[in-house]
Amino acid sequence: MQETNRKHWLSILAKASVQDLDVLVAENVSFPKVDELRAPEIGSVMVRGRMGGTGDAFNMGEMTVSRCSISLQTGEVGHGYVQGRNKAKAKQVAILDALLQTAQHDHIMRTVIAPLENSLAGAKSVQSAKAAATKVEFFTLVRGEDQ
Amino acid sequence: MYVAVKGGEKAIDNAHKWLDEKRRGDLDVAELEVSQIREQLALGVNRVMAEGSLYDPDLAALAIKQSRGDLIEAIFLIRAYRTTLARFGNTLPIRTETMSCIRRISATFKDAPGGQILGPTFDYTHRLLDFKLAAEGETKHLAPANHELAGHLPHITSYLNKEDIIQTEPNTNEPPQDLTRQPLELPAGRDLRLQALTRGDEGFILGMAYSTQRGYGRNHPFVGELRVGDVVVEMEIPELGFSIEIGEIEVTECETVNQFTGSKTQAPQFTRGYGLVFGHSERKSIAMALLDRALRWQELGEDNVGVPAQDEEFVLYHSDNIQATGFLEHIKLPHYVDFQSELELIRKLRRDVQSNAHEVSEQ
Repeated sequence: MQETNRKHWLSILAKASVQDLDVLVAENVSFPKVDELRAPEIGSVMVRGRMGGTGDAFNMGEMTVSRCSISLQTGEVGHGYVQGRNKAKAKQVAILDALLQTAQHDHIMRTVIAPLENSLAGAKSVQSAKAAATKVEFFTLVRGEDQ
Repeated sequence: MYVAVKGGEKAIDNAHKWLDEKRRGDLDVAELEVSQIREQLALGVNRVMAEGSLYDPDLAALAIKQSRGDLIEAIFLIRAYRTTLARFGNTLPIRTETMSCIRRISATFKDAPGGQILGPTFDYTHRLLDFKLAAEGETKHLAPANHELAGHLPHITSYLNKEDIIQTEPNTNEPPQDLTRQPLELPAGRDLRLQALTRGDEGFILGMAYSTQRGYGRNHPFVGELRVGDVVVEMEIPELGFSIEIGEIEVTECETVNQFTGSKTQAPQFTRGYGLVFGHSERKSIAMALLDRALRWQELGEDNVGVPAQDEEFVLYHSDNIQATGFLEHIKLPHYVDFQSELELIRKLRRDVQSNAHEVSEQ
């Protein structure tokens, strides 16, 4: 399993809406029995910014995060780190992360990760097109001195 | 002498019951849901997140409901909750150049690459009350353009940087200090100043920034760029050994372009101020940038002209509205014993003066 793939699916799962995730999981995945290596918990992380957008880092403020780690009976370990206070989602993500390391990988990528990615991209696309509708088109008047 | 005083429990219980009742208001009016506050009073929610120093719109909305709309009380609730959370770690610095902008304007370049994107703004509205909102008028919807913005919008200052006409921000990879972890010590670095400013009281930051514009530490700011939008938050996960995106937050970023530094041997360059605030918070981020710039006087080789906005101690020790209101409001709590000693003192002083006056009149 490549790091980039795992980074990709974990990032999609973290950003996915709870509703979308619940529906897709219910329709497509049956969760096996798992052992909790770290029970779901809520905490915070310190968000950093950069001075001037490009310089040294500074601490901006915290955000809430939920996390959970599980292992499957077959030994695969899954981790979930998601924004907000949602223990259920953190555990869901951890289980999916573990299942994505099994033979179910292709099935879950196709039926869960890909639709989530589409839905995230769709929302971004609408927002970007709305922003584009507020882009200023300047009109320049030619005063005719040069003629 | 200390006198142990007990009592008031019943009065306090009843006062809090009445507070609950007052919070609910007229029962004939529908109760506010937290989600309504989150969605429809979003800028208030943003302010509570920024000054509460915790990004969580649901919690901030709940705090606003609980505080009956007193935003400083709501910020207090968020700060108190924050202290109960275990800190899992630090994120990588957010990359604002990759922001999905809903708004991005420059007051310095009309033809800024990527364009002027107004977004959902109060600017250019007439500030006339809209009575349609009171009459539950229908909401206008914006039809999206048939194209998206072209990719990421580069920072305006990156164009000035190409000409070397503006200062480059130092990047030493030094880990930043955290004022929630160790007490603030002066002189503070710019990292601590920016942390204090971004969580500082909007009114205070605005007033201080305004003072620099009115002449108390002029530094001629232009808003080089103001951008609002979502940025991805990425974090190293120790269990994984690599970083993943854990979510997305809305932020407002302001970069000011200010007058020059330079010398006989060094060509003049524009200087910079920086504001970065949780949520859509334009006033706060512009004010933060002005104040950041004013506080950089030493680093930029300027004179300290003795104005409040250059005084790091004054600014940093008075910008936090929870510290300020805690100290201010505590004086309404019982000070019976303190005051008793004052009373005894003034009575004694009066007695002394009166008996002196008596002796003088007898002589």
